Amino acid sequence: MTKTCTCACAEAAPDEAELMKRLDDVLAEQKDKPGGLIPALQTAQAIFGYLPESVLRRVAQAFDKSYSEVAGVVSFYSFFSTVPRGKYLVRVCLGTACYVRGGNEVLRAMKDKLGIDVGGTTPDRQFSLEVGRCFGACGMAPVLMVNDDLHQRVKPAKIGELLEKYRAPAQEARP
Amino acid sequence: MIHVTINGKAIEIAEGSTILQAAKSAGIQIPTLCFLEKREPLGACRVCLVEVEGARTLVAACSTPCVEGQVVHVNGPKARAARKQVVELLLSEHDGDCQTCERNEDCELRKLASDMGIRTVTYGGARAAPKRDDSTPGLVRDNSKCIKCRRCVTVCNQVQGIGALFPQGRGFATVIGPAFAGDLDGVTCVQCGQCAAVCPVGAITERSAIDDVWAALDDPAKTVVVQTAPAIRAALGEEFGYPPGTRVTGQMTTALRQMGFDAVFDTNFAADLTIMEEGTELLTRLKRALVDKDKTAALPMFTSCSPGWVQFAEYYYPNFLDHLSTCKSPQQMFGAVAKTYYAQKIGKKPEDMVVVSVMPCTAKKFEAQRPEMNASGVRDVDYVLTTRELARMIRQANLAFTELPDGEMDAPLGLSSGAADIFANTGGVMEAALRTAYEIVTGRELPAENLHVKPIEGLEGIKEAALKIERTQPAWSFLEGAELKVAVAHGLGNARKLLEMIRSGEAQYHFIEVMTCPGGCIGGGGQPRFTDDGVRLKRISAIYAEDESKKLRKSHDNPAVAELYRDFLGKPLGHKSHELLHTRYAQKERR
Ligand code: SF4
Ligand code: SF4
Ligand code: SF4
Ligand code: FES
Ligand code: FES
Repeated sequence: MTKTCTCACAEAAPDEAELMKRLDDVLAEQKDKPGGLIPALQTAQAIFGYLPESVLRRVAQAFDKSYSEVAGVVSFYSFFSTVPRGKYLVRVCLGTACYVRGGNEVLRAMKDKLGIDVGGTTPDRQFSLEVGRCFGACGMAPVLMVNDDLHQRVKPAKIGELLEKYRAPAQEARP
Repeated sequence: MIHVTINGKAIEIAEGSTILQAAKSAGIQIPTLCFLEKREPLGACRVCLVEVEGARTLVAACSTPCVEGQVVHVNGPKARAARKQVVELLLSEHDGDCQTCERNEDCELRKLASDMGIRTVTYGGARAAPKRDDSTPGLVRDNSKCIKCRRCVTVCNQVQGIGALFPQGRGFATVIGPAFAGDLDGVTCVQCGQCAAVCPVGAITERSAIDDVWAALDDPAKTVVVQTAPAIRAALGEEFGYPPGTRVTGQMTTALRQMGFDAVFDTNFAADLTIMEEGTELLTRLKRALVDKDKTAALPMFTSCSPGWVQFAEYYYPNFLDHLSTCKSPQQMFGAVAKTYYAQKIGKKPEDMVVVSVMPCTAKKFEAQRPEMNASGVRDVDYVLTTRELARMIRQANLAFTELPDGEMDAPLGLSSGAADIFANTGGVMEAALRTAYEIVTGRELPAENLHVKPIEGLEGIKEAALKIERTQPAWSFLEGAELKVAVAHGLGNARKLLEMIRSGEAQYHFIEVMTCPGGCIGGGGQPRFTDDGVRLKRISAIYAEDESKKLRKSHDNPAVAELYRDFLGKPLGHKSHELLHTRYAQKERR
């Protein structure tokens, strides 16, 4: 079986050991810096796409902090995620142009339809939700992206329909 | 020195003191909740709000420093109303069922509400759903009762240096607990129960064995014996209105007998036995190291009576594990001896005996369940009660504790020396060991006034002493002129400091006592609440008084222990001792 990628990137995921090695390099560099914990967690999340328990325990050991303390920090900031990213990363633009043209209503409808908050992932691991700051498509605001697909002039009422296209019979890549 | 006025009273106080400290020095009460003595005030709960003349808003007394000429009113209408509102808000978010709550006897929130005259809860705040975490042997957590004062976080992180508990999440949704608000067995926790000792409400308590013990007592087929740790007798009285430091050994004995135990014994007996084994072990290690030049004789040797400390070493200092004495704790030695030696004496099989311990400690509940603690073929100690649980059972049995006459413990496992009593205090195991080891080596009594080794007494976090050894007995001549160096630490944060000093080579010792809890067992996680340093010192004095009241002051003078060796064990560190009284340790992966 081939490994399925859980992050939003298109390439195949490098294997776990390789990622852990990269993490260890980062930790070795950061662990003695004052206030290094949060940057280290951010880098770890960039490497793994999210912060699984094994990674957090590694970080805790490196910083000589308890797992509960590291978990406390991770759960304090909404930009950290402890669940793998969904198959589709939905990013709703809240840049100035999109915001002015109803980006916020789009976001609210998206949260509603997916039943998750920004930073969250649906329980079936199909969708993760983030916000973006200008995708360079201001002329077509409000916009959102689903992985690499740009959707323009999005209407909040049409969000359900938009998602359906991705949700439909699983397996194959879409669309 | 600066000058402030509180409630019209002129007070002189050292610069840098808080309003709370100034008030306390003058005997003026201010309610507090999140505050813990000797710790940086959090100023989080606002229960201590007071009015300062000229200040725009009310201030938190625990975290506001005094300034020269300050005029403070604790009980003005504004401050009273504000404090009441703070407590009302806490109550509104609190899943309260005081009638059935484990904590209803000594709950600080309940007391605050009653002191403030709160009769209705006016806010209808959102409450956390009850979630019981009984994943560990010693403790039960219920987050719906938690009022987020964070005292447990302070103790677990700053005093014990473990960090099992930490605020999770943010804002209103914050949960105080283990990682991601999960269960306690998902993180490293040594079960010391110091969190339960400081929690003001029923959010962290011991896991109760009361029902099991009643069931055993009600079972006619079982012979149920009880042992009480030395620290109980100096604290149990507090549960019945006696002032801290009242010794209630005799009344406790009578209560236990009236509750129906078949024999009332003493962990002290096993403490004397521990000294025989551990003292011999120390001398043997010294001999192997100094005479045989045996590199595997690990020195310094550490005591191993305190199960929180043992687990701490297993988690954080695996390289030191062969430095720990192989002696089991007195609780476990007692269980092993009761279910073999004593069972044989009374013609019972180990499986028909039930051994109940009363301990000042929640970690003892964990220790009794360690898989290797079954030297008798069955579990050596069946149930462990804390001091608080014993008090509850005494109430359940309708005994008027303060009216009870004094009783005497039963022979043979109820006999003990004063050296055993002081196991309850930080420095006590060391002193007891020195009383015996010194006499074995020199043939003379420990040259200390009243047998007390002053430098290792009291509440200093790390203490040390040196003892010159001269005019030795022939067998111990290799120690002639040697200086025995010992150290004592209590509270795991202090233990860590001491271990780091040893690891770096900064300090060198032969023998080290570590107790998990601040003050030693008298300050254990299962003791009557609330334990502050004032209470600790009173219990410590009571224990020394108990020691001095004994005819026998040294473990090797205990005739019942001598008889045990003669009739059953053979000699200290002998084959049978090894089977019953010693154990080994294994590294644990931190969680
Ligand atoms: S914690 Fe205190 S206030 Fe809350 S239910 Fe228990 S006794 Fe009552
Ligand atoms: S029992 Fe001790 S180590 Fe465990 S959570 Fe409580 S204070 Fe921390
Ligand atoms: S568990 Fe107890 S001590 Fe800890 S924050 Fe909650 S109420 Fe305070
Ligand atoms: S603001 Fe949304 S694309 Fe530029
Ligand atoms: S006791 Fe002062 S703010 Fe909590």
